[in-house]
Amino acid sequence: MASTAVANSKLHQSLALYQTAIGKKYVVAVTGAILFFFTIGHMLGNLQIYLPNAQEALANYAKLLHASAELLWAVRLGLLSCFVLHVVTIAQLYNLNRAARPQGYVRKTPTLSTYASRTMYLSGPILFFFVLYHLSHLTLGSTHPRYVEMDPYHNLVIGFRQPLASLFYVIAMSMLGLHLTHGVWSMFQSMGLNHPKYRNLLRNFATISAAALSIGNISIPVCVLLGIIGKDLV
Amino acid sequence: MKLTLNVWRQSGPNAPGKMVRYDMPGVNEDMSFLEMLDVLNESLIVKGEEPVTFEHDCREGICGSCGFMINGKAHGGFPKTTVCQLHMRHFKDGEELFIEPWRASAFPLVKDLMVDRSAFDRIIQAGGYISVPTGSAPDGNAIPIPKSNADRAMDAAACIGCGACVASCPNASASLFTAAKVAHLNLLPQGQPEKFDRALRMVTAMNEELFGSCTNMQECEATCPKGISIENIAILNRHFVEASFSERPATAEVGAG
Repeated sequence: MASTAVANSKLHQSLALYQTAIGKKYVVAVTGAILFFFTIGHMLGNLQIYLPNAQEALANYAKLLHASAELLWAVRLGLLSCFVLHVVTIAQLYNLNRAARPQGYVRKTPTLSTYASRTMYLSGPILFFFVLYHLSHLTLGSTHPRYVEMDPYHNLVIGFRQPLASLFYVIAMSMLGLHLTHGVWSMFQSMGLNHPKYRNLLRNFATISAAALSIGNISIPVCVLLGIIGKDLV
Repeated sequence: MKLTLNVWRQSGPNAPGKMVRYDMPGVNEDMSFLEMLDVLNESLIVKGEEPVTFEHDCREGICGSCGFMINGKAHGGFPKTTVCQLHMRHFKDGEELFIEPWRASAFPLVKDLMVDRSAFDRIIQAGGYISVPTGSAPDGNAIPIPKSNADRAMDAAACIGCGACVASCPNASASLFTAAKVAHLNLLPQGQPEKFDRALRMVTAMNEELFGSCTNMQECEATCPKGISIENIAILNRHFVEASFSERPATAEVGAG
């Protein structure tokens, strides 16, 4: 009797934690951190396109990722749940925040807030639609002109030769840079990590990693369009 | 100097409101912003019009009564300044100013530039206290406190509850106010008995008052007349989550007490 009461109150407590804005921000921060680490790994994998034998290197990389279907799907489902939690929790907070100020100001002038932090509600939705397009483009191949299963080099080069597709990738990756400039620093603050000793370090870490991710990813469609990558493919 | 003011006029909580334009010739640059509004009100009274309602008390920047938006910035956006301590020399001759009340669901408008900030009082009531033995006064230096903690607690305690943080926050969040109050008491030994209860209760009270959530944009810190850092919000988040996980009912299972 006593133990069920304790168990219920534990469940109640963790649900109650999720019901507070601070608890929700923890969820956004933790899921954001996981997605951030994924984007770093994803970019490092993609940068193999600059290796001398890029087609073979990327094909081997794809084989490595597909080595265990169970593991691949575990990671995919994990990332999907992070993505859904991140988006749903932010949508809830967005509604809360809109309700907190039904009547806006005639004049409102930003002061210390950064451009990146003020455009999170723009960069976020763009990234949401980008992820849907990106999966259909280079994972499912349904929006790809000539998709070849397990030949990422061919898919990248042919896919990015379409200027409109490349343009969307460039815009989306700029948005990723903006989103992470605020987001990466913000997740430390949301989880209670802020100290004058490492404040600049965290800010710089956020800005540099966001810039590196953004530039690294943008370079691929740009190099394809400029003909630097994929000269060997017709 | 000459100014053009656009002031939010609203006769009551449910009445429709609008911006009204007033020409202010002959503004003395040594006046405070509130003294400039006093002059406006005198001219309105002479004309038989209703004067502009705004809150004020000490006019020394320490009571937290005054405050409104000037050109989209709380208290005008000058560092560590309340509107009563803001002097007209900071404005240019011929400038047009937009003066609006704090906007937040949790701060219902009373009249013109005056809002009801009793939501803050209810957050304070939830946990802004410590337990002390009444009776004889304790010895001043009986409890050792690290200097850095005393300094940080004092900085947080400088909060005057004016509401500028809520007003300047794009989400109308009261995180900086609540964080200042929690950090102030939680950093001191005297605040330890209620440390986790305080974080839980004050955050719960904050959530019940229709304030928004913190998105770490730092607008609050920029316009806080006491310059309170958002580092306090990190402390609040930490203590709140720690409290949520470690909270337990006060029971005596092995016969304690």
